Amino acid sequence: MANLNIQIGGLSLKNPVMTASGTFGYGTEYADFMDIERLGGIIVKGTTAEPREGNNYPRMAETPAGMLNAVGLQNKGADYFIEQIYPIIKDLDTRMIVNVSGSSVDSYVECAEKMATLEQIPAIELNISCPNVKQGGMAFGVTCAGAAEVVKAVRKVYPKTLIVKLSPNVTDITEIARAVEAEGADSVSLINTLLGMAIDAEKRTPILSTVTGGLSGPCVKPIALRMVWQTYKAVKIPIIGLGGISNAKDAIEFMLAGATAIQIGTYNFIDPTVSIKVIEGINAYCDRHGLQSARELTGALR
Amino acid sequence: MKKYMLDLKVVENQHLHSNYCLLKLTTDESLPEMLPGQFVQVRVDNSPTTFLRRPISINYVDRENNQLWLLVQLVGDGTRAMAAYKPGDIVNLLLPLGNTFTIPSGNTSEKLLLVGGGVGTAPMLFLGESLKKAGFEVTFLLGARSAADLLQLDQFNAIGEVAVTTEDGSMGEKGYVTDHSLLKSNHFDRIYTCGPKPMMMAVARYASAQSITCEVSLENTMACGIGACLCCVEKTKENHHVCVCTEGPVFNTNQLSWQI
Repeated sequence: MANLNIQIGGLSLKNPVMTASGTFGYGTEYADFMDIERLGGIIVKGTTAEPREGNNYPRMAETPAGMLNAVGLQNKGADYFIEQIYPIIKDLDTRMIVNVSGSSVDSYVECAEKMATLEQIPAIELNISCPNVKQGGMAFGVTCAGAAEVVKAVRKVYPKTLIVKLSPNVTDITEIARAVEAEGADSVSLINTLLGMAIDAEKRTPILSTVTGGLSGPCVKPIALRMVWQTYKAVKIPIIGLGGISNAKDAIEFMLAGATAIQIGTYNFIDPTVSIKVIEGINAYCDRHGLQSARELTGALR
Repeated sequence: MKKYMLDLKVVENQHLHSNYCLLKLTTDESLPEMLPGQFVQVRVDNSPTTFLRRPISINYVDRENNQLWLLVQLVGDGTRAMAAYKPGDIVNLLLPLGNTFTIPSGNTSEKLLLVGGGVGTAPMLFLGESLKKAGFEVTFLLGARSAADLLQLDQFNAIGEVAVTTEDGSMGEKGYVTDHSLLKSNHFDRIYTCGPKPMMMAVARYASAQSITCEVSLENTMACGIGACLCCVEKTKENHHVCVCTEGPVFNTNQLSWQI
């Protein structure tokens, strides 16, 4: 039995396996299928300062090895989370991390400040792929200046572990990673979904109400893996890898490319117990390769 | 209700029609509790273009033989792959998912109408049987394009009165379900419906005009089926998005934003 414990900044996780925001609800949705306390961490769904209804239906289009979504950050807001959800999840024996989203720097700060007051939320994951309403809807995370601005502001009010989730819809993800590292991010997680589109040829209409949406699932894995590998060479802070992971082998590939931990997202919809299989598979791999600790996997690409 | 992920074994896969199959599944253990209106998420491993599970409503639970029946309309690669399942094949399911139709409490003299169109007749069989067991007399109103598209009529006839409409007039009255003379000559206290959205809206409009309680079962496209991804939303009267997979699939029509 290898030691699976890993460290993200000041945060210790019992193993490198987390579930990705927006794919695992608040964890409780999966409790009938698996022991959610075995997870290293759960990134709860994107939370904003104010409640949001999200985009109109249809919000999803299937692809042969993945799916597009355009949920649009539907959530009941930070106060609802604090009052209704937090009491239910705070005593779970895993790391509960809140994904924080916003439409302006102020709204990110407001939400992060509220999350900082919650004792049992040891970290937030900042979703910088959201459109900046004041800047004509361009995502914060697609320019170094935009990414740096929001991370700098949140860093001032958030003393605990700050993870920044990077958008892959950029020319060079390593520049953005460096920019957020310079502003004090403790870790980066990558990748968020890739911008895509689906069309109904018979009806000659877009499938998603928003026309374009975020692509996820096994089809994005090689892109995510490449970006993790590039980012590993560019920054010193720990990387959390995600994008299309569907089994332990995928997870180990991300760690070899440079990830300290990983997240499982879309595949939770196919197999709600996949994350447990990944934890067990990483352990078995470590044993088979004579590794004492899963930490030895990070960046161990030959 | 506790949800399960189970490997079930195919007992039989009847091709009722070129576009429908009736999949009968079993397991060595006793099947978990399931209620009418609920659905399952079927994992489809034998289709290279099918990534997500397929939500399929529960057609019938045969407790005597410990069987779960799924009536599947073959609409795409995923459902066509399901039509290829053979006896002995193992199918992975999440179940039971979603809420249920309301079984009225108390007065069993209430007159209940169950309206199904196309594959929307599927949940009406399980619902009808459950209502009958609870002591109600039920009437089915089933609509299809033509006689060949009307499925499981023997089973429906064994439970209650059956009225039929077909678009081509090949069986029952010609036209849509809402044109049937039954609706003019009878009063119903409660209507349940499942089928194509225009049909359900027409039924909801009739029910609303007659001040009859009406429950509809929706089939929005889904990813997770357990309330995590928020893809399958429907708008409520208050303009909130709710998940069809967890708040539904059954809704009282007065909860929805439908213009009826």
